[in-house]
Amino acid sequence: MAEAAVEQEDKKGKSEEPVPKLILTSSPHQLSPDSIERIMWTVVLSLAPASLAGLYFFGLSALYVLIVSVCSTMAAEAIYQKLSGVKSTVTDGSAAVTGLLIGLTLPPGSPWWVSVIGGFFAIIICKQLYGGLGFNPFNPALMSRVFLLIAFPLQMTTWPMPSPLFSGIDASTGATPLGKLQVARLTGKGIGKAAELNIWDAFIGNLGGSIGEVSAIALLIGAAYLIYKQYITWHIPVSMIGTVMIFSGIFWMIDPSKYVNPVFHLFTGSLIIGAFFMATDMVTCPVTLKGQLLFGFGCGLITVIIRMWGGYPEGVSFAIVLMNIVSPLIDRYLRPVRYGAIKAGSR
Amino acid sequence: MWTIAGEGIHPIDRKSETSSIPISEIKPPSKVVIPLSQHIGAPCESLVKIGDLVKKYQKVGEAKGFVSSPVHSPVSGKVVAIGRFPHPSGNQSNSIVIESDGKDELIDSLKENSNYLNADPKDLKGIILGAGIVGMGGATFPTHVKLSPPQEKKITAVILNGAECEPFLTSDDRLMVEKSMEVIEGMKILMHIMGVRDGYIGIENDKPGAIKAINQSATGTNIKVISLEKKYPQGAEKQLIKSVTGKEVPSGGLPMDVGIVVQNVGTAAAVYNAVRYGVPLVERIVTVTGNGINRRGNFRIPVGTLLEHVIAECGGLAGEPGKILFGGPMMGIAQYSMLVPILKGTSGILIIPKGDVVLEDFRACIRCGRCVQACPIRLLPNMYSILGEAGKPKDAEEYHVLDCIECGCCTYVCPSRRPIVQQIRYIKAEMRKAKSKVA
Ligand code: SF4
Ligand code: SF4
Repeated sequence: MAEAAVEQEDKKGKSEEPVPKLILTSSPHQLSPDSIERIMWTVVLSLAPASLAGLYFFGLSALYVLIVSVCSTMAAEAIYQKLSGVKSTVTDGSAAVTGLLIGLTLPPGSPWWVSVIGGFFAIIICKQLYGGLGFNPFNPALMSRVFLLIAFPLQMTTWPMPSPLFSGIDASTGATPLGKLQVARLTGKGIGKAAELNIWDAFIGNLGGSIGEVSAIALLIGAAYLIYKQYITWHIPVSMIGTVMIFSGIFWMIDPSKYVNPVFHLFTGSLIIGAFFMATDMVTCPVTLKGQLLFGFGCGLITVIIRMWGGYPEGVSFAIVLMNIVSPLIDRYLRPVRYGAIKAGSR
Repeated sequence: MWTIAGEGIHPIDRKSETSSIPISEIKPPSKVVIPLSQHIGAPCESLVKIGDLVKKYQKVGEAKGFVSSPVHSPVSGKVVAIGRFPHPSGNQSNSIVIESDGKDELIDSLKENSNYLNADPKDLKGIILGAGIVGMGGATFPTHVKLSPPQEKKITAVILNGAECEPFLTSDDRLMVEKSMEVIEGMKILMHIMGVRDGYIGIENDKPGAIKAINQSATGTNIKVISLEKKYPQGAEKQLIKSVTGKEVPSGGLPMDVGIVVQNVGTAAAVYNAVRYGVPLVERIVTVTGNGINRRGNFRIPVGTLLEHVIAECGGLAGEPGKILFGGPMMGIAQYSMLVPILKGTSGILIIPKGDVVLEDFRACIRCGRCVQACPIRLLPNMYSILGEAGKPKDAEEYHVLDCIECGCCTYVCPSRRPIVQQIRYIKAEMRKAKSKVA
């Protein structure tokens, strides 16, 4: 080996001759084009049909709400990050998604300060104070909605009836279908007329409610796009909506004079926007598909319970926030069965 | 469709840039550097001294121990140096440097045998060991070892891996198209050695030419061609076994635990050439590709040829190189020197120009679960990433990090650009360290 040592000395000069400086990194050397930016802005895009439907049915009063909400969350993120001296992530689209979701779940024509308070609350209290995107245990848009519902019940439940753009009709206010139902339920008169729902109107969105909740078809178009892009999977929405339909169906069959039919549950309130756009928030739902099925089931179950017996007409937001708390537990205990894991008893 | 269920990814593959270019030769190198370690296992021991004259196919390094494999000279010429030289694994390795005399004088002991299917399996294994054949798909595990399972493991089938799921690479594809007979004959030898009736060749369905050629050569045999869904990492050993047989190799186990032996198609062809003509493994087919090279293609290259020679023969670099990879973009190893030699397991050279290399800072895990859904072993890569970043490798043990095959799917899909595989390697290294301390 003495020769070897000599040779090594000899060669040393040679192997250090000027070669192009090459970049050394660990594999893989190719990455998917799906960055956070691309995913978040695609979610914004997927909410465009619902936003446009809201504008169509509620006119300019809806436009102001959406614009102020989105500007508030983005401003909150920019200001907070500027003050705390960290790199700004305003352009990654996540604040925009939060703002848009807040706006879409507000009543059209709600005062501007509701949007601003909601936006700042969502970004600063529910996201940045936890450490920013990825560390927040709750979906910021939902938390902010729950907060607004509790803090400003009046502003949050004044529902203008649709007065489509260009129709020339002045806006009037009325109750949402779920609101009417709750009144009927709590006054003990039986649900009667409250359960009547024009399915077609509900499907396209011609009824009272939040800006972005009313049009099922517009929401579903956007959701289909997200599923096609594989930015969300079907597991949470299907299990959440399925659970609501099955449970409400069972009670409806037992006593249709006391309980409304499942289709009513599907098309009223925020079930669709919640199931496809809020429960699926990647930061706050479980990471495994099995976990997501369980998560969706929990969301659906709590929604039905609140809607049927709770003190609020609508339970979707509360249900998802409650399940957000459980997400880490689900991830901890419901792990995928890894390849080649010996199943109990097989060896 | 035969496939791995659910998991896996579909990376941009750009195979069409080289898949229709026939295999060609390059000008023989004037010098080769032959590392004594080109396989998993003990490095071999030099049989020559500086100044020795060697002939083509002469054994210059002898296997040390059972899990080891000899090396041979691809040229005739003179040994000019023995010592530590750059190795594609990133370290330096003991190597033999031979200057070619350009005459390609052969050794005279080449033993031909056309009656190989009647030969004693033991003798055939001896030939394979003597020819220095190792897994040519990149894992470079000595082939004779894989063919010698302990008695109690009953082998029921041999699977040839022609999936070639790694993006950019087309060397196996071309081999199957152009040399299907060698592959099939090699497979017959492997099946004869293992004494099995059933043989399968798994090929991803983006290679219709290869499927057709192999099917033609396999007519009248017990060898079945399995068309696999195109999906990365379909060609990883465990995934291939699952796709073809439906069985899962137990965690921590080997294919033989489910009665399977897997070999790469290139290995099968090398086995055929060794058994039929007595030729040791001294050359292989390499795909040279990427935006950073002037002439792409599939080339037959002697083992030990230096990277700089290959690049010169391929019209030189196109612009300033950023990364030069041995292997493909998913599992390839970035090279630090132009003086590294081609090894028995080098299936491709991918040259990425500087302008195409994006180096981004990674961000917090957003818990999107994309890595979880992509992992072919169904692990929780997000946990490795978080625990690795936090410097808590111990906590990763309960997440079965040792089952990870480092395929890179998790890192590929992560929108936060987290270097998950790197973090996994860190965890594994820490675990090894901790273990050796205890022992
Ligand atoms: S590198 Fe490991 S953890 Fe990541 S996807 Fe592949 S097997 Fe799973
Ligand atoms: S893909 Fe990246 S961001 Fe998403 S869960 Fe995995 S590690 Fe986290």
